[in-house]
Amino acid sequence: MFQVRIHGRGGQGVVTAAEMLSVAAFDEGRHAQAFPSFGSERTGAPVVAFCRIADKEIRLREPIMEPDALIIQDPTLLHQVDVFAGLKKGGYILINTNKTFEELGLGDFLRDWPHDRLCTVPATDLSRKHVGRPMPNVPLLGGFAAVSSVIKLESVVMAIKDKFSGKVAAGNIAGATEAYDIVRAEMDEARRQEAAHA
Amino acid sequence: MLKQCEGSHAVAEAVALCRPEVICAYPISPQTHIVEGIGEMVKSGELKDCEFINVESEFAAMSVAIGSSATGARTYTATASQGLLFMVEAVYNASGLGLPIVMTVANRAIGAPINIWNDHSDSLSQRDCGWIQLFAETNQEALDLHIQAFKLAEELSLPVMVCMDGFILTHAYERVDIPTQEQVDAFLPPYEPRQVLDVNEPVSIGAMVGPEAFMEVRYLAHAKQMQALERIPQLAEEFKKVFGRDSGGLTHTYCAEDAETMVVAMGSVLGTIKDTVDEMRAAGHRIGVLGITSFRPFPLVAVREALKNAKRVVVLEKSLAVGIGGIVSTNVRMALSGLNLHGYTVIAGLGGRAITMKSLTGLFEKAGRDELEPLTFLDLDWKVVNKQLEREKQVRRSGPAAEAMLRDIGAVAARNY
Repeated sequence: MFQVRIHGRGGQGVVTAAEMLSVAAFDEGRHAQAFPSFGSERTGAPVVAFCRIADKEIRLREPIMEPDALIIQDPTLLHQVDVFAGLKKGGYILINTNKTFEELGLGDFLRDWPHDRLCTVPATDLSRKHVGRPMPNVPLLGGFAAVSSVIKLESVVMAIKDKFSGKVAAGNIAGATEAYDIVRAEMDEARRQEAAHA
Repeated sequence: MLKQCEGSHAVAEAVALCRPEVICAYPISPQTHIVEGIGEMVKSGELKDCEFINVESEFAAMSVAIGSSATGARTYTATASQGLLFMVEAVYNASGLGLPIVMTVANRAIGAPINIWNDHSDSLSQRDCGWIQLFAETNQEALDLHIQAFKLAEELSLPVMVCMDGFILTHAYERVDIPTQEQVDAFLPPYEPRQVLDVNEPVSIGAMVGPEAFMEVRYLAHAKQMQALERIPQLAEEFKKVFGRDSGGLTHTYCAEDAETMVVAMGSVLGTIKDTVDEMRAAGHRIGVLGITSFRPFPLVAVREALKNAKRVVVLEKSLAVGIGGIVSTNVRMALSGLNLHGYTVIAGLGGRAITMKSLTGLFEKAGRDELEPLTFLDLDWKVVNKQLEREKQVRRSGPAAEAMLRDIGAVAARNY
């Protein structure tokens, strides 16, 4: 079972992202369970949503306390919420930002982390560019497909078409695809550097 | 058709497939998405011949449901928590009058302190109101139980509550198999009321009954629930013939054959318990599970049968009978009367407290060694409790307890993250 925890703020589509991720996994014929960290969510307040993906029925109903992957939709949460709580060693981290991990102040914390599991993508910028709104959730799913290989980009595209239509769907598909390409390039670069160090 | 969707949406689709004629509901978390979904289907014309009535309160919702059901219309509503409490007077009337209303209860805690999260306090507060209460383990079962509920309710002329864990199920996206209209039509015949307000054949419903017949009328309610005890397993069989899957029934067991420790629970926590049991079985523990689907009527015989060979029984419930302990466990104890086995009550998950495999494993291991207290509050923060008790001992005007305890743990700890 692969477990993803998504952190963001109310209004950024955190819950929708987890739901769409589960739809993408379902479209691949897998079992998936998405659920929010039920609360009285308000715009701007920290929000958490979860998604489990497995090849058999998922019965577990506890919150995800030891995720295999983290998607952080808002980097300002890094200083407010313990987003890394329980993250498995060597787990995937994808952050919506146009800064580097060093610039975010995470350099020391993640020094020994496998570099090809750490990725950033300017998802809000991509959403503004392609959809005209600052909604980082869907581009991040494209980025997640690239960093984790848990789901295919085509499945994310199917989930987008399932959720949206017309121009919004087209814009989100473009945003997710560009995020996918950016993350793939980052990972290739990280692997090249690690090979050079080795 | 297989679909990945929210539990609330799955239930909305199931209710629509049952061809309801009147839907009346008042929004309350975590039930809202269900009636919103059905409302949209009525508005778009997808659900035909159905009137969606906006009401001004839950009391009005149940009152309208009583009126519409009495005119022979298939009637549905949904509520939760304080909403259920607000409609209680009418809830008793619906069952007392024998009106086959189906109602989803998206289980949520009851205040004070106010809390929107899941536990079973709301439904279980109504355990003696005369409604049948069925508890769903998964969204698939929630969907299926609604289809069975209309058939059961209408056959017996008794209202049915389908209880599903608020948020944990209602707001979870997971895979469900949504049946076709043909399947549902094959299973659920049109509603043939036993009593109907009809201008051509006038009757009155709701007579005042004095001491001369009140007990007899009340006994009839009990007799009907005893009939339900027989019908519920049959309906599950009939359901399986049409839809091809196991859903409903009175109880379900898991790994029970040679179990020395049996865990009893209701609702979605059974999934987490089963995963825990798998791990403990692999480590050599002889542990099994009894899930109770039908809480009312309470299947005394089936429960006794499932538990009689165990050495100990742990009833894990999301409800608290203040002043005695458990509600479900009190019922289970009745089923076990005369049997010589250890009985443990565990109160867990109140107000949305997460029930984790880690906590369950520790709990069940302790039970296996018979080191558990008769009454346990799972993952209770004793430090916070004791601090407050001490404060109340020291200071007369110790102030509001909930506020003080929230301050003690730090205000942000009101959420998980």
